[in-house]
Amino acid sequence: MNHVRTIARRELRAYFATPVAYVFIVIFVALSGVFTFYLGNFFEREQADLTPFFGFHPWLHLVLAPAVSMRLWAEERQSGSVELLMTLPIAPWQAVLGKFLAAWCFIAVALALTFPTWITVNYLGDPDNGVILAAYCGSVLMAGAYLAIGACISAACRSQVVAFVTTVVVCFGFLLAGFPLVLDAFSGWAPDLLVDTIASLGFLTHFNAISKGVLDARDILYFLLVIAAFLYANAIVLDLGRGN
Amino acid sequence: MIRAESLSKHYGAIKAVDGISFAIEPGEIVGLLGPNGAGKTTTMRMCAGYLAPTSGSVQVHGFDLLTETIAARKTFGYLPEGAPLWGEMTPRAFIDFIADVRELKGERRAQRISEVTGLLQLESVLDQRIETLSKGFRRRVGLAQAILHDPPVLLLDEPTDGLDPNQKHEVRELIRGMSSDKIVVISTHILEEVEAVCSRAIIIAAGRIVADDSPAALAAQSGTNRLDRVFRRITTGRSRAGADRERS
Repeated sequence: MNHVRTIARRELRAYFATPVAYVFIVIFVALSGVFTFYLGNFFEREQADLTPFFGFHPWLHLVLAPAVSMRLWAEERQSGSVELLMTLPIAPWQAVLGKFLAAWCFIAVALALTFPTWITVNYLGDPDNGVILAAYCGSVLMAGAYLAIGACISAACRSQVVAFVTTVVVCFGFLLAGFPLVLDAFSGWAPDLLVDTIASLGFLTHFNAISKGVLDARDILYFLLVIAAFLYANAIVLDLGRGN
Repeated sequence: MIRAESLSKHYGAIKAVDGISFAIEPGEIVGLLGPNGAGKTTTMRMCAGYLAPTSGSVQVHGFDLLTETIAARKTFGYLPEGAPLWGEMTPRAFIDFIADVRELKGERRAQRISEVTGLLQLESVLDQRIETLSKGFRRRVGLAQAILHDPPVLLLDEPTDGLDPNQKHEVRELIRGMSSDKIVVISTHILEEVEAVCSRAIIIAAGRIVADDSPAALAAQSGTNRLDRVFRRITTGRSRAGADRERS
């Protein structure tokens, strides 16, 4: 675990070594505010909750999490430093996990900086802070799932732009897996079991359940499994790279 | 020691490395020589465990690179071709990171860091971002990384590429000054470098070993006692055949 921490620390510092991190955080916080107060009609609703705030998170993360994950491996492959990293006495899973945790911490920091919204709603009314905490957990978990998908795709790409676009598309598919847009593509020909499985993979369904304040172990487990599966795939992609 | 046995790396029909075998004993400074595209870097990458060979095996200090990867990697320091680094880091943070990964602790850690930064004259740039450094400094930061844990085996891929004559001289002095029980493998296409520092030269062309002897013995093969004549004679014939094979 020491190596995981070493890698994560280096990676997290790399985010903050350039203005990119600060630009990202400012945009994330600003956009979540704009969505909540203008598009979400926070004041007009006259309800002391953060439903409009969290309602936009699946879409906010959809665009911003791939922007965080795209550089994880693609940048190293482009510059060649992946050769240095992968010839140090570190197991591939340690590098994969360390990089992922750094990206996840980074998103968690950005999310934590939206606290003024939480203060606002507490100042104006008497919201159920348990629900808000649960929704924050859900948001972090969903961002983690996006990041794991993005890290895996980044490992397969040399170009950060390709990694970004591919990740957005794949994440979009996962986000709406329970909706007709995705299901219609399968329901005509695929067996019902497959269609039902795909339907149950939707991020939105699981996130909405959590953000209503229902911290069901199955929803949490679902996101953790997605993360684990894609990090495992990430390590496999790296290992395939050794062959070429 | 390093032992490579019928090491091959094929990319489709192209045989980048084609059945190379060698054994290197402690105390040897080996120059891996060859024209560009001969398979030097591919061989180095397989020795460092970055590329998996298509067939054959490499052992470093008795550890197999494919099955005991981590244990093997602890025994060597590696400078990849072009000395890639993380540009946004400072040399100080970078060397600190390497010391963490190499599990250097306490007094020895502080001692090694100051020794290596002194040896490679990095003190003046320790807090400058690596991407702003000159090529020479970057190469030296890469070298510092490779020798930080004082490994018994050093694999250096073109260690003096991009350095000015003075810096080249210093790096060669550094390699020559390595204690006599170490293994150093440098890949290069600079013949004078081999004559200056190496006790043994392995010449490869088109993925095969075409000569393996001391630089002096190789030079003696030509009537004029010049290594470049010998190099040209043994590599041009073969590399032309190799180019034909790749085309077909």
